[in-house]
Amino acid sequence: MASDSNGGSSDSQRIAQHRLSVIAGHLQRPAEGYTALLAAECKAQGSKPDVSSDERTVPRRRQEIMKWNGWGYSDSRFLFNKKGQAEFTGKRYRLSGMIIPGLRDWMESTFGANLQHKTPAVPVLNSSVVQPPTLNEAFVGELKSTGIPFSHDVEDRVFRAHGHCLHEIFALREGKIGRIPDMVVWPNCHNDVVKIVELACKHNVCLIPYGGGTSVSSALECPPEETRSIVSLDTSQMNRILWIDEKNLTAHVEAGIVGQDLERLLNESGYCTGHEPDSMEFSSLGGWVATRASGMKKNIYGNIEDLVIHVKMVTPRGVIEKSCQGPRMSTGPDIHHFILGSEGTLGVVTEVTMKIRPMPEYQKYGSVVFPSFEQGVACLREVARQRCAPASIRLMDNEQFKFGHALKPQVSSIFTSFLDGLKKFYITKFKGFDQDRLCVATLLFEGNRERVLQHEKQVYDIAAKFGGLAAGEDNGQRGYMLTFVIAYLRDLGMDYYVIGESFETSVPWDRVLDICRNVKARIVRECKDKGVQFPPLSTCRVTQTYDAGACVYFYFAFNYRGLADPVHVYEQVEHAAREEILANGGSLSHHHGVGKLRKEWMRETVSNVGVGMLKSVKDYVDPDNIFGNRNLL
Amino acid sequence: MSATHSRSRTCFFMKNDERVRRGSARLGSSKRLTTSYKDLGGAGLEDEEFLDILEERRQSSDLGFAFRTFNPSPYNAAPPSSTAELNRAVLESQYLRYMVKEIATETGSPVEQVREEACGILNEMSQNLQLGFIRLMSYTLSKVFKRLFSSIFVNMEGLNMLQQAAQECPVILMPNHRSYVDFLVISYILYSYDIPIPVIAAGIRNSGRDEDRGGDSASLWGLFYPTRHRLRQTLLGRAVGIRPNDCQKWQSNSLCLMQRGFAPLEFYVEGFRSRTLKSLIPKFGMMHMVLEPFFKGEVYDIALVPISISYERVLEESLLAHELLGVPKPRESTMGLLKASRVLKDNYGCMHVNFGRPLSVRQLCEGKINRSQYNLIPRDLPQKPTAEAQACVSWLAHLIVRVQEEGSLISPWSLMASLLLQVPATVLAQEGLLWDQLTERILWLRKLVLDFGGRLNWPEGVPESEVMSSTAALHRSVVRRRAGRVHLVEDDQPERKHPGSPEEAVMRTASAALMLASYRNQALHVFVRPALLATAMRLTKSRQKGELLSLFCFLQDVFSNEFIFIPDRSSQDFEEACCLLKKCGAVCISEEELTVSDTGVEVLSFLQELMKPFIDSYQLMLRYLCEEGDPVFSEKEFLPAVRNLATKLILSGELHTYEALSSDTQKNVLAALRRMEALTKLSSDSKYRVNKASVRRSEEILSGKIPPQNLQATPDARL
Repeated sequence: MASDSNGGSSDSQRIAQHRLSVIAGHLQRPAEGYTALLAAECKAQGSKPDVSSDERTVPRRRQEIMKWNGWGYSDSRFLFNKKGQAEFTGKRYRLSGMIIPGLRDWMESTFGANLQHKTPAVPVLNSSVVQPPTLNEAFVGELKSTGIPFSHDVEDRVFRAHGHCLHEIFALREGKIGRIPDMVVWPNCHNDVVKIVELACKHNVCLIPYGGGTSVSSALECPPEETRSIVSLDTSQMNRILWIDEKNLTAHVEAGIVGQDLERLLNESGYCTGHEPDSMEFSSLGGWVATRASGMKKNIYGNIEDLVIHVKMVTPRGVIEKSCQGPRMSTGPDIHHFILGSEGTLGVVTEVTMKIRPMPEYQKYGSVVFPSFEQGVACLREVARQRCAPASIRLMDNEQFKFGHALKPQVSSIFTSFLDGLKKFYITKFKGFDQDRLCVATLLFEGNRERVLQHEKQVYDIAAKFGGLAAGEDNGQRGYMLTFVIAYLRDLGMDYYVIGESFETSVPWDRVLDICRNVKARIVRECKDKGVQFPPLSTCRVTQTYDAGACVYFYFAFNYRGLADPVHVYEQVEHAAREEILANGGSLSHHHGVGKLRKEWMRETVSNVGVGMLKSVKDYVDPDNIFGNRNLL
Repeated sequence: MSATHSRSRTCFFMKNDERVRRGSARLGSSKRLTTSYKDLGGAGLEDEEFLDILEERRQSSDLGFAFRTFNPSPYNAAPPSSTAELNRAVLESQYLRYMVKEIATETGSPVEQVREEACGILNEMSQNLQLGFIRLMSYTLSKVFKRLFSSIFVNMEGLNMLQQAAQECPVILMPNHRSYVDFLVISYILYSYDIPIPVIAAGIRNSGRDEDRGGDSASLWGLFYPTRHRLRQTLLGRAVGIRPNDCQKWQSNSLCLMQRGFAPLEFYVEGFRSRTLKSLIPKFGMMHMVLEPFFKGEVYDIALVPISISYERVLEESLLAHELLGVPKPRESTMGLLKASRVLKDNYGCMHVNFGRPLSVRQLCEGKINRSQYNLIPRDLPQKPTAEAQACVSWLAHLIVRVQEEGSLISPWSLMASLLLQVPATVLAQEGLLWDQLTERILWLRKLVLDFGGRLNWPEGVPESEVMSSTAALHRSVVRRRAGRVHLVEDDQPERKHPGSPEEAVMRTASAALMLASYRNQALHVFVRPALLATAMRLTKSRQKGELLSLFCFLQDVFSNEFIFIPDRSSQDFEEACCLLKKCGAVCISEEELTVSDTGVEVLSFLQELMKPFIDSYQLMLRYLCEEGDPVFSEKEFLPAVRNLATKLILSGELHTYEALSSDTQKNVLAALRRMEALTKLSSDSKYRVNKASVRRSEEILSGKIPPQNLQATPDARL
């Protein structure tokens, strides 16, 4: 149902509240904008943390609330209860505590998985398998004198040695640990970072910036050939909103803040950034900048490169930033674009000024069922042509539609289930949609109430032209809710011999259908050739629309029973799928980045000269390869 | 063997490793070559995999057959689209819109009109897809085939694989082209086995050689629906305006669009019907268009199904010989029909249709084409193929032709023809050859063919003498048995008139000799590699592998319009030749050297004789070019001049082959010289300029006077 975002309070109340909070913000931090003072403040905060930072999601010891070998919060996970029903634990999500009756059937029929065949993870980290840290004593000594907190605790180090690629998590579940950082530092502010980088240069220590740890490009993996001491620079404690400029609608924020905190804090002041990547619970602002992230609602708010007004990055050469906050400049190539997507190879993003918007007055979910994926894509293309895309519009293929269906929680009333049955009957029998071909688009509209309704009508009218039927708000809302819990599902799969991952690309409109078909088919074929015993799940969805193309997500998972080296098979198939994407005119990545996982294709992607340009920037900015994560190039 | 078969049932595409294995087996040199035939996709009759489809037709009603339920399962389980929908999709494609605009601008006619005409052509094309028409055809064809052929053998294994492939991805049927009956037979078979009837891209002219094709389509095709054919031609003619090329492209592309989601497409990779029954150098235009949807990612994969059709006796045999000799062909309209009805009274023995294993374009092209080269230009726009794409297409086209060759069945008649040709034609015509001696030689040759891995169509359980005499009986228009001897039958026409000048006598013998040559050609692909090696061994005294290889490469280069060699595989071909000769015990091979064994002389001299007509013909023409001909000449002048010279030499007894008289050989020489850059085409008119020195050099190598130099580099330079 449409919900007033501010819980039903009237406009005047809302504005008043909002002004109050802004004023409160000002009072708390009188010294904003003066770096010199800020530095002093920064220390003080270290000893006496201010109230708001207590509410922050990410503590220094992440393992206290998050899984060390899986996705997300420790208290939230899927499991099969004693009755053999799937259940989602915890209290954090809408799905938490609910029974999901269809999931077991789906897993069994889709993957041939079986509850009897478990592959449990190693329960606790065995610190004896971890190599003792190689410490650079001089560096540690000087760091100590700065008072910046650091640690060489095994758990801290292991936690920062990985992102969420399949092979990384798989290895952790098996208790295998490779090269990991030798220590972790937690700078508290920009100046701390400046000091750390200076020391690292002085003592030739390798720095790997760490934000939210949600990378899916092997970007956080320590290069095994690195002999220097590796220091993971965890920005999570740099998580304040330094100021909000209501006249220009910008906010100046420390780069370690994670998405959910940024949004919540801005919401308290009546604002939002509107940047909502699927990982926003855990991914950080700095990480977004470093990977060129994209948010679900980019149609209204833009991608990260559209949102960023000013960036401060600490490099071995010093601090890079622009001198003003002009909305657009013609001053040679935009230096922000050296920073955006630099993937931690040039320095650490410490502070970002980004656009903010008043919170939307009205939000409405929706969904449309199409008789086939082809028609769905045609509809999205038309929506893009008319430039009337809602805040978000996503089209799932048939397999995902079924998957989404399997994730429906148990309904409480007979009435709802009756209603569901009726809906199904209407669509498949009355409208003649083929259950094995239909697909669904989920929609999210935002903005002024009247305009949302008007907009909604326009989009539904277009959809009708392509045989689309409105399928209710619930389906839409559930679709978006699922994006946050879907990542938890992989851990469940891995408990039962199922491994998988998603990857994305962007592609011109005329190739969308072709790429979807070909990549899916390639995955199936490769799995067969590599000896996978059961047909894999190979599915896709179109998640973003642009004027000239779309972003396509592929999901790929299979049952690995009977395979000697499942991760290797997985990697081979993913590699083949990426080759297929490139051969079909897709990009190397739309927003996940290159990391180390995809860097073999960089040269063909950006040409020799392109690689040379990037190299020469790296050579100038970081001649000693202090930021030695070896991503990208 | 059974293991291979069961595997092929579960997965219609060869797995990668299998492909590599087979790739090396088929194309390469190893001993596997011979076993590979047996391993992959049905061997000869003795395996009982071929089924006579006429058998059933002789026992049940043709009408019932025509009205049976025809229910082919479509590709990819997609809902069957109606013809109208399909046509609309094609018409609305960006490519067609672009072409319509182009043509409209060029011809000055309004866009709507061009569009309407395009629409007309499409409707015309899609009519073969309509069931009523298919049924009518099936009825007529049942009648006709039963009369013409004693049996039509089809390998069921291949059909099964095709059936499966047709459901998984777009299928391209690629038969060899020896007769007008080819595509009728294929459609007929597919109808019989519930496989979607192909859209045929055969009526399309894909080259400027109109005079070559002009009459083609009429005779048999015209038997069945002349009016429709005319209609098509007029439509084509009008829509084309001034750019026949565009039209052809346009039509083929529409065809491609149609096959993408519907029926299989069928076309002849050789481009046209072979007049010599020898495989032709494949044409790339259509092949490229067919592959493009894969290159551009519009389909996941394409299955190429090579089909080898082997006739025991070709319907057009005498027509072909006449055409080759430049005897003007009767006007198609009346005489063609007449001829066709005469044709209907004769018996043409059996034919074999061997459906090859579907080849996955995706697997074949792996590593050969970078598909992302199509990323930067809208895919619907016509694009000149890159060098890489051209090379890939050429390689694939050659490969298909070779697979076709390997799949074709060699009849006892082909063996007989090969041997008869080694006897001087005049001797054969007058004195004849001892029948028993011939039989003995044929049985010897049969063994050699099997050693070389050829597929024989040798009836089992029948005494050899029976096979021989029935073969001779079937071909009584060419040979006749009289009093224990076999004679060549000369052209029957002059019998009615009175024998004329000696030149006319030569022509009469020539037409019989060329018919023999054609049937010999059906078996050539088995021999050609070892035969080139044997020829090289004749040209040089040396037995050093290196020297033989360079001579072998030279010969391949010279004859690459004559025989099919996959580009850039000379050394593998050489290895293959060595292995085959070793296998039949003709030579021993050490690291560096070949030595001829005692028994090898017979094999080698047979092979050398087999090549001799080609060598002699080429030498004759090369000599003519560098000694007698003008430095600048046109094809029109060249052909009669060579023909005259050859006639003269045959009469004087200096030339023993009649093949120098064949226009096909003559054109091949020109093409070879052009490729070797001894001949340059002048841009102004259709004339050539000869580089006499270079022609002379080739001639001298060919006659063994000088050894080839730095030849290793040349074969790779072309493509």
